[in-house]
This record gives sequence, structure tokens and C-alpha cells, in this order.
Amino acid sequence: MGLRIIKTIGSGVGLALLAPASLRAEWGLNLTPGVTDVSRSVYDLHMTIFWICVAIALVVFGVMFWSIFHHRKSRGAKAHHFHENTLVEVIWTLIPVLILVGMAVPATATLIKMYDPSEAELDVQITGYQWKWRYDYLDHELSFFSNMSTPRGQITNVAEKQENYLLEVDRHLVLPVDTKIRFLLTANDVIHSWWVPALAVKKDAIPGFINEAWTIIDEPGIYRGQCAELCGQDHGFMPIVVEAVSKEDFDVWLMAARAEKEAQVQAAERSWTLDELMQQGEQVYLQACAACHLPSGEGVPGAFPALKGSPVALGDVSAHIDIVLNGKAGTAMQAFRDQLSTVQLAAVITYERNAWGNSLGEAVSPAQISRLLQSADGEGEQ
Amino acid sequence: MSTLDTTLETHSDEHHGPASGLGRWLFTTNHKDIGSMYLWFSLLMFLVGGSMALMIRAELFQPGLQLVEPGFFNQMTTMHGLIMVFGAVMPAFVGLANWMIPMMIGAPDMALPRMNNWSFWILPFAFAMLISTLFMTGGAPNFGWTFYAPLSTTYAPPSVTYFIFAIHMMGISSIMGAINIIATILNMRAPGMTMMKLPLFCWTWLITAFLLIAVMPVLAGVVTMMLMDIHFGTSFFDAGGGGDPVLFQHVFWFFGHPEVYIMILPAFGIISQIIPAFARKRLFGYASMVYATASIAILSFLVWAHHMFTVGIPLAGELFFMYATMLIAVPTGVKVFNWVATMFRGSMTFETPMLFALAFVVLFTIGGFSGLMLAIAPVDFQYHDTYFVVAHFHYVLVPGAVFAIMAGVYYWLPKWTGHMLDERMGRFHFWLSFIGVNITFFPMHFIGLAGMPRRIPDYALQFADFNMVASVGAFLFGLSQLTFVWNVIACVRGGRKAEARAWEGAEGLEWEVPSPAPYHTFAEPPKLPESLR
Repeated sequence: MGLRIIKTIGSGVGLALLAPASLRAEWGLNLTPGVTDVSRSVYDLHMTIFWICVAIALVVFGVMFWSIFHHRKSRGAKAHHFHENTLVEVIWTLIPVLILVGMAVPATATLIKMYDPSEAELDVQITGYQWKWRYDYLDHELSFFSNMSTPRGQITNVAEKQENYLLEVDRHLVLPVDTKIRFLLTANDVIHSWWVPALAVKKDAIPGFINEAWTIIDEPGIYRGQCAELCGQDHGFMPIVVEAVSKEDFDVWLMAARAEKEAQVQAAERSWTLDELMQQGEQVYLQACAACHLPSGEGVPGAFPALKGSPVALGDVSAHIDIVLNGKAGTAMQAFRDQLSTVQLAAVITYERNAWGNSLGEAVSPAQISRLLQSADGEGEQ
Repeated sequence: MSTLDTTLETHSDEHHGPASGLGRWLFTTNHKDIGSMYLWFSLLMFLVGGSMALMIRAELFQPGLQLVEPGFFNQMTTMHGLIMVFGAVMPAFVGLANWMIPMMIGAPDMALPRMNNWSFWILPFAFAMLISTLFMTGGAPNFGWTFYAPLSTTYAPPSVTYFIFAIHMMGISSIMGAINIIATILNMRAPGMTMMKLPLFCWTWLITAFLLIAVMPVLAGVVTMMLMDIHFGTSFFDAGGGGDPVLFQHVFWFFGHPEVYIMILPAFGIISQIIPAFARKRLFGYASMVYATASIAILSFLVWAHHMFTVGIPLAGELFFMYATMLIAVPTGVKVFNWVATMFRGSMTFETPMLFALAFVVLFTIGGFSGLMLAIAPVDFQYHDTYFVVAHFHYVLVPGAVFAIMAGVYYWLPKWTGHMLDERMGRFHFWLSFIGVNITFFPMHFIGLAGMPRRIPDYALQFADFNMVASVGAFLFGLSQLTFVWNVIACVRGGRKAEARAWEGAEGLEWEVPSPAPYHTFAEPPKLPESLR
């Protein structure tokens, strides 16, 4: 272990000082140049300013260490008595101003490029939730949630951590390459921030606001990012995965995604057994509810109520369904009606009423939920 | 008239010492007693806040959750920040100001001694209240020291109300301390001590005090708005009620950016006292140092939104805040150049205070460079809220503000205690701290650039190695502070007798009085020494 640390420090310092930029990027020591025109400009700007800082540091620290070495009392240095020189002071005020102007010019150009208001070919609305993202393809009537898919066992160190630990999700945000894509960002609860380093896009998702960002991805590939604004206890567990594909593949994917949605609607129509619902309910619970209410259903006193033995999970079923569907205003309890499919809603409610010793023995059927949702939609339209 | 003269004379003859027992500390109005209490309090908070940092670093030693739950992790990052900012750094500066400003300007005490007592004694209660939230149902504040709404309002634990009142109390204490410092410096200078002869520590503190008076009410305002949102049904920051969550950030950072200068300007002052003393040469460019400090302070009110480049500010706003922020590099650069020019052609020795001061100049400047990089708005989109930012502000606050405080403590300890420091122990502390601080914070630049967000309890595997390094460094740095505690206690208890002018090159009124400084100094206005005439 000790050796490993020494090696790491050694390689880090050595690489930082000596290695060319490309190697450093590979080692994850530097900003990524990314896969868009903007991200490459940002990277170049970053490197330019970095090297200017290094140059200034060499001069300033050089003079300082030269003085420390030569003008030390132990070498018999006698103090000189100058303590003012207007010319020198004017010079070392003006030179930094000029350097700053030199930095500001490319910075301004890059910023103006980033604020390009021209029309986009694809609009994606991104909504931050505690602790997941929702993606709406506004022109394609398609929307879904994207949750972290790293199993809990890996986080609690009972299972071995896989390559994309904490940076993998159940549903990727699939985007076409060579297309101007506009992101419209907002949030459902607290402020989040959507960040994908390879696109050089980081924009806050703020409740009540719609922010804008855009990108044109050059290369197909998978690009990973994370929420960048502290948004509560699972802030560290809401990754972003962008999958960039060719335009043709994107169209194919769109069709498949819509067909899958159709299948979900069909699934709600058939009848489900208690066991089937319990089985699916457990999966849904662990993915959507366990972060707060804990896998054991015991909750966190003072923060998140227990479900085990709770009056909601054991009481009137319509009240239980209501709170899961519509959330509870003013608390962290979200409305899950749009987050989960009808089957998932039925399954998770069934699970909560029959797990951890809550044994009501009754199933909430997808059809029941489906009817409720339809009647609520009907009211909304009137 | 003659009776009045006699009374005054008999009074000044009566050099009474401190009261005995606990009452001395509870009721004292003596600037030296109050200064000591501020410094001890700040040391205690430094150790408490530091332990929380070690808990954070212990959890981050390896990927996966080992020691704490994410909820508690967030409480630790929040409390660490609040305690270090309001409990360690700020009170340490006020403690140094209390001890040194009256002695530096030839005043018998602070201008408002009873208020001085009050402003200190608020603090232990404020922090007792803040720390007690750790034991409350729902836990302590967990929304970061920047407490962005609505995470800190609608979604906050119930203890947030205690946090709000603790912040109010700290603010009142700071404002009273600031008023006192301004009143003292403006009214109580010895005859002949003109403003442009003031030691730089007094100048930087005078400017800091104005910053405090300007922005602490803003902080009080923003927490009061939170209180109203939480308990009285207003919607300042709740979009659902027509409010604006971004308004919170504007108000907070209007306080927050001057606040970071509040934590660094007095440090500039300390360094400007120490470098000339050990270079045996007058400070280069005194007047430009004063103007640079004032410019930094003024600019600090115009740059707040550079903390918010990603909230969606219009292009013109981004450009304005980017340019204004970059401009701060100019006066800051002037300061660094002046320190280097002070060393140039001096006759330098490297006792412990000087070592800390030199480390300050180098490491603070590194923090300044990363600050300049962060000012460049388009690149800031990549840096914002990553470990690059964590590295940046820890470089300016730990080897910046904290090293300056330690340099100041080592520099003035002989004056306070009458004993010289054990130099070997002092250097031991310095080198451990210097190495520890760099091992901790330097790798954070790399993991930040590589893409690790801040304030996360667990991270992806590619960040593992450098996090491990940083954690090792943090424990080295943290534990080496025990040698600081040891050094200070050892110096209070004994050591080689210090002369009035404890350091060969030290100049200023504080070195004209005996060491240790008598309980009451300058009952009569002093004559200024040669160097100040």
C-alpha cells in the first residue's frame, strides 16, 4: 500500500511536470479535450492560461528563490535600503493588465461561441430530480428517467466494483452525432447541475427556471458525467450517460423506444399475480425508494419516515396510492406517477404493503392504477 | 482644573494587574485577555473543524462507503466549512487584531472595551448552538456551507433554524468586532502616527472591518429570508410560490465574495509585517500595498456572480463578471511583487515565522493562479463545483490564511508570553505542515480536472489513487497541528527569555514595550520610534 502511494505521488508529480498533454489526458490528470468543437476550444483556452500561469510563476518564484539563496544573512548579505520605486511599480501593474487582456480576448471569443442562439435540430428537456434525471425528447413524444444502475452491494463493498462504478445508468441519453442539440434544463425539487465533461456542458437545473445549453457531438461514443451541484444525500449517485450514435441509429433507437413504451401500456392490461408484483416491486423499490426509506423500509428518523409498520403502508390503500402517485408537498417525497410505469407503480405499492412484515396479502393491480391515472388525466383536461 | 490633573496622575500610577479566577475571563475588558480568548477559541474550533475534515478524508480514502452514510458525510462537509470559516479563521484574525492593534498604534486598549468582551462571549454560545445540531433528530445542516435554497429551506432538516440563529449571533459578534477595530484605529493612534504610517496589519484590518460591516448584514438578511420561507410562509426562494432560488445565490455571494477577502486581507497584513522583519529591510512599496488592499476590497463587491457562472447568466453578465474578476489579479499581483521586492537585496534569516510567511507567498500565489483560471468563464464551466475548486480555495485558505495566522502567532508569541519559541520544534511543525498541505491539496487539482465533482461521499474508480494520496496528506497535516498546540503551550510555560525586540529586524511600537507585554500598555501616549518618525 505504502509503495503504491509513493508510486502514485511520484507518477502524478512527474507526469504533471514533464509529460506531454496527450499522455496526461490519458492518465486522467487533466481536463478532457472532449468531442465537440466547443469543448476543444475550452481545452485550448485552459492550456493557454495554464502555461501563462506557469511562466509567471517561474519568473516570480525564480526571483524570490534567487533572493532567498543569495540575500541571506548567513552568506553575509547586508540589507539595502531602497523601499520605493514608482517606475517599477507602474511597470508591474501594467504588464499584468496586458497579460490579462491577452487572456480575455480568446476567453471572450469562446464564450460568444458558446452563447450561439441559432435554431437547434433536436430539443431535449432535462429535469433534475432527487436523485435521477428525466429526459424528454420534446419533438418525439418520448420521455424516460435515467437512474444510477450500480448495484448497492458494490457501494457497500460486498460486491466487487465494476469498471463504470457509479457512472452507469439504466437508460442512456441517446443522441445523434453531427446534430445541433439544444438542452432545456430545469429541476423538480432542488437545484442540480447537468455536467458532461466531454461536451464541456455544465448548466444548473433550477426549479422554476428553464436554462439553455447546446452541443454538436462529433464522434459516436459513450460519455459519462455527474450531477455537479449538491442536491441532498445522494448527490454523489446521480450520474449521466450520453450515448452518441449515428443519425440512422438514432432513428432506429427512437422507434424501438416508442415500441417499448407501447409494450408497457399493454402489460398493464393483463392480470398480475401477487408474486409477480412482489418480485418486480422489490426491484423498483430498491431503485426508486430505498435511497431514503432504506432497503429495510426503516427510514431515517427525523428525515425520512419508515414504511415498515407505517400507517400509510398498512392503512387505506387509496391514500397509499395517492402519496406514491402525487408525492407529498413540502417534503422530499416526490410524485412518482410520471417516473414509473403503471406496472411498476402497482408493483412497488404492492411490495410496500407486503414486505418487511407488512403482510396485508393484497395486491394492487396495474389495472387499478391505470384507471386512477386515466380519471385523473380526464379531470385535468376539463 | 488642578484637582482633575491630580486624579488623572494618581490613576495612571496605579498599574493594576488582572483580576483572579474565572471572573477575570468572563468580565475582562482588557484587549490582551480578549485577544487570548479569541485565539484559544479559534484553535479549539480549528481542531474541531479539522477532525471533521479528517472524517471526510477517511471516508474518501477508498471508493465505496466505509465509515459514514452519505447524509452524515454532507453534515460533515457543511459543518467543516462553517466552523473553519466562522469559528477558526475569522476569530483568529480578530484575536490577533485585539492583541496587536492597540500595541501597534500606541493605544492603551480597544476603543470600546465592554463591547469587545461581549463580541467575544457571543461566539462560544453561537458555536455551541451550531454544534449541538449534530445531536438533533434529522441531523445537522447538510446543505453545504453555501446553503443554497431550496435545499436549505424546503428540503432542510429541522435543525436549520438553529443554524440560522447561530449565523445571526456570529454576524453580530463580527460586526461589533469590526466597529471596535475601526473606532480604535481611527481614534486612538499615538500622536504622530498618521494613517500612512500605520503598520500594514492595521491597514488591512481597517479595510477588512469595513468589508465586515458591509456584508455581515447581507448574510443576516439572507438567512432571515430563509427563516421566513421555512416558518412564515413566504416564498423568497421557492419557485412554486413565485420566488427565485437564484436570488438566494446572488444575495449569498454578495456576502460571500467579500467574505473570502475578509479571510485573506488580514493575512496580507501579517505577512507584510513579517517579511520586512526577517529580510531586515523596510517593506517595499508601502503606499501601493495600501492602495492594492483597498482596490481588492472595492472590487470584491463587483465579482460575486463568478461563483454562479453556470446558473444561466446572460452573455453580457458573464463577460462583466469575468473581466472584473480577472482585474483582481492586478492588485494581488502588486502585493506579491512587493513582498518579493522586499526580500530582494535584504539580509534574510529563516526563523519559523518567516518560513510560514515564505510558504504563504508561494502557496497563496498558486491558489491565486488557479483563481485566475477559474475566473475565465468558458473554462469555469468545466472547473465549477469540481475538486479543482476545492484545491483552489484550500490553497488560498490553508497555506494562505491559516499559514499567515500561524506565522503571526509564532512572530508575536515572544511578545505575548515573554519566551522565545523552541525553534527546532517550530521548524518541525513547519515542514510537516508544508509537506502535508501540499500532499493533501495538490492532487485535488488533478482529480478536479479529471472530472470529480465536489461534495460527494463516493467516487468513480479512476479517482481512487489521488484520493488516497490526499487522505494520507490530510492525516499528516492534521496530526502535525498537534505539534503547533505543543509549541504554543511550551512557549507559554517557559523557554529562553525574550527581549523587548524579540526579533532582530522587527520594527514597530509593539517591540518597544517589554516582553511579555505588561497587562496595561501605553497608559500614556508613546513617542514614536525612529523608524516611524
